[in-house]
Amino acid sequence: MTGQSYKLVSCTINGKKCEKMVDVRSSLTDMLRNDYRLTSVKKGCEVGECGACNVLIDGEAFNSCIYLAVWAEGKDILTLEGLMGPNGEISDLQQAFIDEAAVQCGFCTPGFVMSATEILNSGKLYSKEELRKLLSGHLCRCTGYENILVAVEKTMKKRLGVE
Amino acid sequence: MEVGKSVVRVDAFDKVTGRTKYTDDLCDASAYVAKILHSTIAHGRVLSIDTGEAEKIEGVVKVVTCFDLGEYKNYFPTAGHPWSTDVSHQDVADRLVLTDEVKFYGDDIAAVIAENEVAASQALRAIKVEYEEYPVVTDVLEAMKDGAPQIHKDYPNNILKHTSISRGNYAEAVKEEGLTVVDRWYETEPVQHCHIENFICYAYAEGKRITVVASTQIPHIARRVVGQALGIPWGDVRVIKPYIGGGFGNKQDILYEPLCAFLSLKVGGHLVKLDCSREETFVANRTRHGIKFHIISHVRKDGTYAARKIEMFSNQGAYASHGHSIAAKGLGAFPQLYPCDNVEGDAYTVFTNRPVAGAMRGYGIPQAMFAVESHTEDVAKIMGIAPIDFRLKNLMPQGYKDGFSKNENYYDTFRQCIEKGKAYMDYDNRLKELSNQTGRIRTGIGMAAFWYNTAVWPISLESSSSRLVLNQDGSVTLQLGETEIGQGADTAFSQMAAEILGISTDEVHIVSNQDTDITPFGTGAYASRQTYVGGFSIAKTAALLKEKILDYAYILTNMPPSITDIKNSMIIRTTDNRELISLRDLATEALYSPSDSRHITAESTAQIKSNAYSFGCCFAEVEVDIDMCKAKVKKIINVHDCGKLINPALAKAQVEGGMSMGIGYALSEIQLVDKKTGKVLNDNLLDYKLSTCMDHPHLETAFIENPEPTSPFGTKSLGEPPTCPVAPAIRNAVMQATGVGVNELPMRPEKLYEYFNKAGLLK
Amino acid sequence: MYDIKALYEATSVEDACRLLKEHPGSQVIAGGSDVLVQIREGKRAGKELVSIYMLDELRGICLDADENIRIGSLTSFSHITKNPIIQKYINVLGEAVDQIGGPQIRNIGTIGGNTCNGVTSADSASTLFAWDALVEIAGEGYRRVVPINEFYIKASTVALKEGEIQTAIIIPKKAYEGYKGHYIKYAMREAMDIATTGCSVNVKLSADKKTFEDVRIAYGVAGPIPMRVHTAENFIRGKEVNEENIEAFAQKVLEDINPRDSWRASKAFRCHIGVVMARKACEKAVKQAGGKVDDRTEL
Repeated sequence: MTGQSYKLVSCTINGKKCEKMVDVRSSLTDMLRNDYRLTSVKKGCEVGECGACNVLIDGEAFNSCIYLAVWAEGKDILTLEGLMGPNGEISDLQQAFIDEAAVQCGFCTPGFVMSATEILNSGKLYSKEELRKLLSGHLCRCTGYENILVAVEKTMKKRLGVE
Repeated sequence: MEVGKSVVRVDAFDKVTGRTKYTDDLCDASAYVAKILHSTIAHGRVLSIDTGEAEKIEGVVKVVTCFDLGEYKNYFPTAGHPWSTDVSHQDVADRLVLTDEVKFYGDDIAAVIAENEVAASQALRAIKVEYEEYPVVTDVLEAMKDGAPQIHKDYPNNILKHTSISRGNYAEAVKEEGLTVVDRWYETEPVQHCHIENFICYAYAEGKRITVVASTQIPHIARRVVGQALGIPWGDVRVIKPYIGGGFGNKQDILYEPLCAFLSLKVGGHLVKLDCSREETFVANRTRHGIKFHIISHVRKDGTYAARKIEMFSNQGAYASHGHSIAAKGLGAFPQLYPCDNVEGDAYTVFTNRPVAGAMRGYGIPQAMFAVESHTEDVAKIMGIAPIDFRLKNLMPQGYKDGFSKNENYYDTFRQCIEKGKAYMDYDNRLKELSNQTGRIRTGIGMAAFWYNTAVWPISLESSSSRLVLNQDGSVTLQLGETEIGQGADTAFSQMAAEILGISTDEVHIVSNQDTDITPFGTGAYASRQTYVGGFSIAKTAALLKEKILDYAYILTNMPPSITDIKNSMIIRTTDNRELISLRDLATEALYSPSDSRHITAESTAQIKSNAYSFGCCFAEVEVDIDMCKAKVKKIINVHDCGKLINPALAKAQVEGGMSMGIGYALSEIQLVDKKTGKVLNDNLLDYKLSTCMDHPHLETAFIENPEPTSPFGTKSLGEPPTCPVAPAIRNAVMQATGVGVNELPMRPEKLYEYFNKAGLLK
Repeated sequence: MYDIKALYEATSVEDACRLLKEHPGSQVIAGGSDVLVQIREGKRAGKELVSIYMLDELRGICLDADENIRIGSLTSFSHITKNPIIQKYINVLGEAVDQIGGPQIRNIGTIGGNTCNGVTSADSASTLFAWDALVEIAGEGYRRVVPINEFYIKASTVALKEGEIQTAIIIPKKAYEGYKGHYIKYAMREAMDIATTGCSVNVKLSADKKTFEDVRIAYGVAGPIPMRVHTAENFIRGKEVNEENIEAFAQKVLEDINPRDSWRASKAFRCHIGVVMARKACEKAVKQAGGKVDDRTEL
């Protein structure tokens, strides 16, 4: 075999049931970017160090670059594109990234937003230091992380009705 | 007023929804994949390359080696500088798209073009290379010695360039009686930009022309260099710059645009994509220059300088790239930040077999500020003067004017910035609280000032062109050659155009992507020039457009331009502020008028022959765990005077990013190279210690908004300055805590271990 | 796209062992955070992979009939940290694996993978050494158990024979009952890093909290594989809980640890840090166990 082996992968992507023959050599990044054209999933290092390719699988954050596409079988996958509502609405978290100037070059943004989505979905109130740890799997060279933390913290508190 | 407001970034929505298209997102799936074979020696000659096995691999289209250049063997420069028509001022042309003369471990000697990346990678592993090896030198001082390995044949002792400065009479001045001499060395190491999007480009031919879509800060410069590299007319090259995932100076260099274009031509103009891996970005792109400094100060008892001397040795790595410009900028700062009547200075830029150093945020100033502000602290300590008092006594005074750049310090900026920083830190009280600590964990407080100047005039051309088009609905479309690279330039530009035109920012549609076939000429993002220089261009073009709009308003309203203006998107009569007609109605009429149809557009070039200082300071409180050999920043503030802020929220964000880079520069970042082989040891984001969000405290920013008189918007540089003062502020805090002055960056644990051990702090 | 020759997805532990036998030279892949990185580097490129990732039977943590703690090999680090059994009995293991990489890595990385790649820097390993952990291994038709110190053979080599996979890590009740522990990871940054050195200490104090009944100390990156430091342990066992004894204990580790010089850190530096960590981790463990010792590291 020269690697041209394909496998049917059925999964849910951004709320929609999907099924495609996928090259078994593909990473989940490859599958999402190339087969589904979900280009918010970014390649920054391809070895799980930068977090740019982060997506949620069954609600947990994973670097899709070091996750085999065939493992997506039966899983529920959420990418940044999936946060947009049917009429183009965006989440309060995305709006906070806009309002707090938490976006610069934008390349790390999708990964951060997805991790923050998982964090906020927990419904827990975290301290700033805990948030730093929960977001520490993402590298950003533009922002110094400052406004990203502010955006996540503000949205968390708003959702929980504190302050 | 649109300028001065924190309007939301024009690209923010697209960036938080994943709509923004970067280079890789735009490339068609039909692209061939190109991968580069990098040398596995640091110095030598390629004798032969056996591609036989590689070519047999299924999916491999072609293997191209350094022996296949043919008509494309043209040496080209890579620095993202404006072209100079003066031959003596042109950048050194020492690169080929592929080379058989290996000058660093990772040099580009061959490339594989394949149908997919797996085949390309397999082919790279199957290529066999035979080398003739030469001795390797990686240290700048070693490289200057007689008998050191010669890296470029026309540069004796590997010196790319040496420049000097001299003021007064240093030799005489040092003879003054009662002087204290402080003679120290300070060293900085190469670091990497670490934009999260690696460099990527793709190329294809159309007709006789070649198009390159690239993640670059400098599309118009890229066009020229691709033309030079391929030996084709520059107009035959089209460069397109989409959104880019950060640059920080690495993409202010021509990286692989020429090679990718060449490879496309080698396969009949087929679409070829060249996507650098993170490892390649670390090794075969660019780094910050590591510079060794030797500073000697002769100080009077009253704390004034009698004479000063600086020597700088800048490690260029294997190719010229931005070359001596970096060291020269650092050297230029020395006599200006702390003016002294008697100064001598020498700067050397020296080739070594290290990865190539180029532009990086701050362009020589972070290095120079580390040396100068560490030295200033050392001198103050030796003289027994409080470090801030010592600085205020000697810093560039208000009214100072530089003879060369004609830059002027119009305000008492340094004092204002320092006062603001002190207040935030509660400096005087903290300093008292923190004196005489004896524990194993100690806290110190330190600060550093910095010097920076905007743009490149008078060393190089400063020019920017822009175009404005009035749309049917009264909105305008703005295009300029200056580039959005993440910093927020597009938003600032839109605000400026709106300001002059009397419309709101959301009625300005900026075309973010540059296309050299369409976009007016501009040299791009570097030297923190764009807000300053682009501001002139936008002000000029917007005024032109307004003139044309008011001319047309005359036709529609009979009111002459002398008494009309645009306010809130309405044409008004200035004598009584009456609203005559909306800009929307005017625009629609202008385009569709049966009697007098006009496409109202304006375009202009602004050539700038001025420049502006941009100053400020950083204060840091640092906790040092002596036993663990760790320094941790607990509190930090940067204060900047960058003139009037165009967008305060984005300015603040820009400073925070720069501070983060400064903290990494201070404490953890270094490109490690094996001295024997020249191989980079930490070519990935695990081993290269870029700060995570757990490695920072809250980053505080503050501004002093003294309007810059030479700018139509009162603004000046902010992109690079935030990185400049952070490392010395942290270093000085560590010294205040422990008494140990660490004179080498980064102050990573092993370095602190070495210094603390030497100082007897570790039992 | 990874250079993989073939990928076989195992459907059960038996199936995995069979696939490994059928395809000699094939590589087991669990979470993939190490194996995929190595394939990309070219180190394991072109190999056949046997994936055990889908084997949910290898996930989860439970107490067996004898109250030994059984951690399925595919349990991710984040699930270990969040697990109530871990938190109740051996929280230090949860804390140790919570310092690996970043959150996403802790979601994909497994304790089995962390130990099976045989590297000395694994954050879980020193703590498992300190807990006298056992490793359960399955082959076609059999299971066997080896102590963790016998599981590690040399750098990058563990006691798995062809056709075997690791199925669980077991912490025996007698190893954890009455002990409290602390792990210190020394790294160059606060997240996304590998350990320069890791040190795990657990202590058992006398009823009056005045005497060390037992102390176990283990290191990562103090030698080619994770290691226990018996000289120091033997020294302090039975001694009074006080500063001098802890300091002497910390100095004793130098008799056993043998870190190497590398570009990541020098031997001298690692030794220095090793001593400091022994002291700090021991002090912290004593506090956790209800003992008292002056903490001289604070201001």
